[in-house]
Amino acid sequence: MTTLDERVDAARFTTDEPLIRVRNLVKHFPITRGIIFQRKIGAVQAVDGISFDVKRGETLGLVGETGCGKSTTARLLVRLLDPTGGEILFEGEDIAKRKGDGLRALHREAQMIFQDPYSSLNPRKTVGSIIAEPFAIHGMLKEKGARKQRVQELMDRVGLNPEHYNRYPHEFSGGQRQRIGVARAIALEPKLLVADEPVSALDVSIQAQVLNLLRGLQRELNLTLIFIAHDLSVVRHMCDRVAVMYLGKIVEISPADSLYGFPRHPYTGALLSAVPVPNPTASHRRSRQLLSGDVPSPANPPSACRFHTRCPKAQEVCSVEEPTLEEKGGGSIAACHFPLSRDEVRREVEVTAGE
Amino acid sequence: MTDGPLLKVEDLRVYFDTEDGVVHAVDGVSYSVDTGKTLGIVGESGSGKTVSSLTTLGLTRLQGATVTGRIHFEGRDLVGLPDRELRRLRGNDIAMIFQDPLSSLHPFYKVGHQLVEAIRTHRNVSKSAARKRAIDLLELVGIPDPQRRADEYPHEFSGGMRQRAMIAMALSNEPKLLIADEPTTALDVTVQAQILALLQDLQDRLGMAIIIITHDLGVVAEITDEICVMYSGRIVERASTDQIFDAPEHPYTWGLLKSIPRLDRPRNEDLVPIAGRPPSLIMRPSGCFFHPRCPYVQKRHRTVDPELAPVPDDSHHQVACLLDSSVRRKIWNGLQAGRDPTSLRELAGPGLPSRAPAVAAPIASGTRPGGLRAP
Amino acid sequence: MLRYIIRRLLWVIVLLIIVSMVTFVIFYAFPSADPAVLRAGRSPSPALIAHIRHTLGLDQPIYVQYWRYLENIILHFNFGYSYQFSLPVTKLIFQRLPATISLTVGAVVVWLLVGLPVGMISAIRRRTVLDRATMTATLVAISAPVYWLGLMSLLLVSNDIGVVHIFDGAGTYTGLTADPGRWFGSLILPWLVLATAFAAFYARLLRSNLIETMSEDYIRTARAKGLPEREVILRHGVRSAITPIVTVLGIDIGTLLGGAVLTEYVFNIPGVGRLAYEGIINADLPVIQGTVLFGAFFIVIANLIVDVAYAFLDPRVRY
Repeated sequence: MTTLDERVDAARFTTDEPLIRVRNLVKHFPITRGIIFQRKIGAVQAVDGISFDVKRGETLGLVGETGCGKSTTARLLVRLLDPTGGEILFEGEDIAKRKGDGLRALHREAQMIFQDPYSSLNPRKTVGSIIAEPFAIHGMLKEKGARKQRVQELMDRVGLNPEHYNRYPHEFSGGQRQRIGVARAIALEPKLLVADEPVSALDVSIQAQVLNLLRGLQRELNLTLIFIAHDLSVVRHMCDRVAVMYLGKIVEISPADSLYGFPRHPYTGALLSAVPVPNPTASHRRSRQLLSGDVPSPANPPSACRFHTRCPKAQEVCSVEEPTLEEKGGGSIAACHFPLSRDEVRREVEVTAGE
Repeated sequence: MTDGPLLKVEDLRVYFDTEDGVVHAVDGVSYSVDTGKTLGIVGESGSGKTVSSLTTLGLTRLQGATVTGRIHFEGRDLVGLPDRELRRLRGNDIAMIFQDPLSSLHPFYKVGHQLVEAIRTHRNVSKSAARKRAIDLLELVGIPDPQRRADEYPHEFSGGMRQRAMIAMALSNEPKLLIADEPTTALDVTVQAQILALLQDLQDRLGMAIIIITHDLGVVAEITDEICVMYSGRIVERASTDQIFDAPEHPYTWGLLKSIPRLDRPRNEDLVPIAGRPPSLIMRPSGCFFHPRCPYVQKRHRTVDPELAPVPDDSHHQVACLLDSSVRRKIWNGLQAGRDPTSLRELAGPGLPSRAPAVAAPIASGTRPGGLRAP
Repeated sequence: MLRYIIRRLLWVIVLLIIVSMVTFVIFYAFPSADPAVLRAGRSPSPALIAHIRHTLGLDQPIYVQYWRYLENIILHFNFGYSYQFSLPVTKLIFQRLPATISLTVGAVVVWLLVGLPVGMISAIRRRTVLDRATMTATLVAISAPVYWLGLMSLLLVSNDIGVVHIFDGAGTYTGLTADPGRWFGSLILPWLVLATAFAAFYARLLRSNLIETMSEDYIRTARAKGLPEREVILRHGVRSAITPIVTVLGIDIGTLLGGAVLTEYVFNIPGVGRLAYEGIINADLPVIQGTVLFGAFFIVIANLIVDVAYAFLDPRVRY
């Protein structure tokens, strides 16, 4: 017989234990009026009660339209933002309310890379000192020369010439700047790397270089990767599992193969159906399901299922009863009263290779 | 009616004289587009795809560019046309829409007013008649409640609605040619699909020619009839849309097609990036501009500048590549079978004696961030 | 919008109270002279000084003095009596106000008429010889102190002491209602002198704003519409570039209405600025208080008007 505590401890340290557990995470941004005495007159419900796990070493994709809350979620996970409510368990410990030293300890384990590689690098610092910054903050590698040596190793690893240690960010191209951002992020060998649109500012021919780099690093360092992008093809290529967000909620979270092969939520279906495919024959074959209208305001989202105002399959129940995330077969987990059928997917979404 | 294409660009060159040197933004480009057809111009930042279109409207002239070559539009050469006459074509026979609809609309004027201005610039109609037409146009592009929306400011519109308003403005005077510069790049994928469908629908109804400029191969596959692939101010390949995707001939086109993840390919297929990065438009490489990044480069490619020429059995398919046509076909077949470019190198020949590193990008020197900007 | 304005007005009152407190404290902490001694004449007896001090209320503790001062303002709109003129401060200020308003309004007209066109032309003809020349000139104009410019102009072109007799000189100010012709003539030099630095500053401001605006995407759209370049510049470029200038203009007018001390002094114009100067020289606390509060009032109100006007000029701004 084992005691409860022992079992809990055992669970905590087995590899099956997810690196991150998010429970009912909420982030509301207040809308205020007034100059000195501000009154709250509403809230943008950027993230409104989402729950998911991220396993060690896996890549979780977050997709959705502008304003769905995917970037806010990313910033909450590395605690660049304070959550309004809910829990974020990182290796079993709640980091949602951490401050000061606790937060600094978290940032050794969880790092982030950003969309715009130029504005996220200090233009007045050399590349060497930018990459060495994490060591300075955490007081590591103080011996003479050790820091420089480590930085040059990192530069070499991300495909930068280590001799360019003393150059400034403006002397590098967009793709190289993103490599600098990656080098800085992996400097402390974090467990979690959150990448927010890491390639969307890059030229097509450069994107693949950075994507391949991230995949290589992930395998090598056993990184857990949270990958946010608006390009659904890129997310499919990079991720093991994908969560689709709409107006601050997760509407579907499934393994990539299930999600792209047989999307169950009509919103996922609509997103995939809208992706242009570089294949003229295939793209002319499918009958597009176009979503009408715009995403409603996150300050005043629709009742119950938030997608019901634009959903082609919506019925009365959708505006009254909020669907919960549940297993819909084939590993898919979706929050929908009327999930898509095989036929619908075949007709509107599928673009299987017709080479 | 004159026979032949609506717009025919021949040997167009656009140079900007800057403090750093002469920027060869467009360097000998030729293409044409017929009424009712859609031409796609594909390229990365700094490939000259936007500059060539701005030149068609005479807009680079205002920025101090040196323009040579010919732009035939309905029998007139726009390159030598006086400003005054060129202005009469702009927004009238040739209209343009841009990437970012928010910054492209004036923030201080109501949307309806901006449409009325576009109408009254070229037509002698009363304000109320112009307003009525503006509302009709907003309705045409699918803006609900156009009467009310005409009195709103651009910031009160959503991104998709703004781009619709831009399209409505471009259609004010029933242009024969619509140039769309990255019209969907700033938009979400669902809105992008709406806008592309709208453009196609409008083309069917109004019969105009469209030139769409984009870096997104998916977008051009959806709506174009013909594609020009631009690299470093030149067209490296020009063919029908089907040919570009089924039987591309230029190593750069292969690189583009193989470096993007695609929903129509297996999920775990490796991406093959193009090594290095686009060259500077001031200090350009010798020989074939693509040779520093080309996996199949041979010694003579460093000195010989390839011309855009038809492939052997398809006169509509043009490519600027020094590799032998049969070799190119073998390489493409190999790539299609999932082989790595390095393993196909020998098909091209002995290669270069000392090779530059294939993947690690050379460090930039003296280039300005953000690609080409007109001075 | 209305609620916004009301809230802002309440803040104006709070701000004015703070300003009056600060002036009071400064005056007592760093007195320029003892008002009672100044009033007492030559070699006064201590008893006389004490008596005067008592009549002026200066023997009370500072907080009592301040409280009385506030009480009088709030209950009777009474800003006290000037020590030197023995007249109510409000009366003095209102007497002097027309001259200050005349000076300000005229100068504003001059600097807008000169500064804005110069800035516009410089922006459009950027990097030409003309542009470089005007920008150098504006730099000189901004750097020249207004009292130096004023004295130089008097020495060169005034009717009395000038090398060439062209304009009316110092001390010739006449009220508009008394004699419009002389009013105008006497103010030409002050207007020009006061407007010089402002015109130069506004020219530079409009130039840099317009250059920035002309590279905006919506200018490209306007050109793509086929609008004539003239309209592109005026309706699309200048319309945007001028908006931030309105903000600056409002504050500048507010400041000048509080008294253009140097200009009024040099040209001996009996305005509020000159009144403030006289108050300081004679340690006339009620006058100093009055003019400072008055100036602060104009600046704060100008600020409010500018903010409200901005909402009309830029539809993206909402309160």
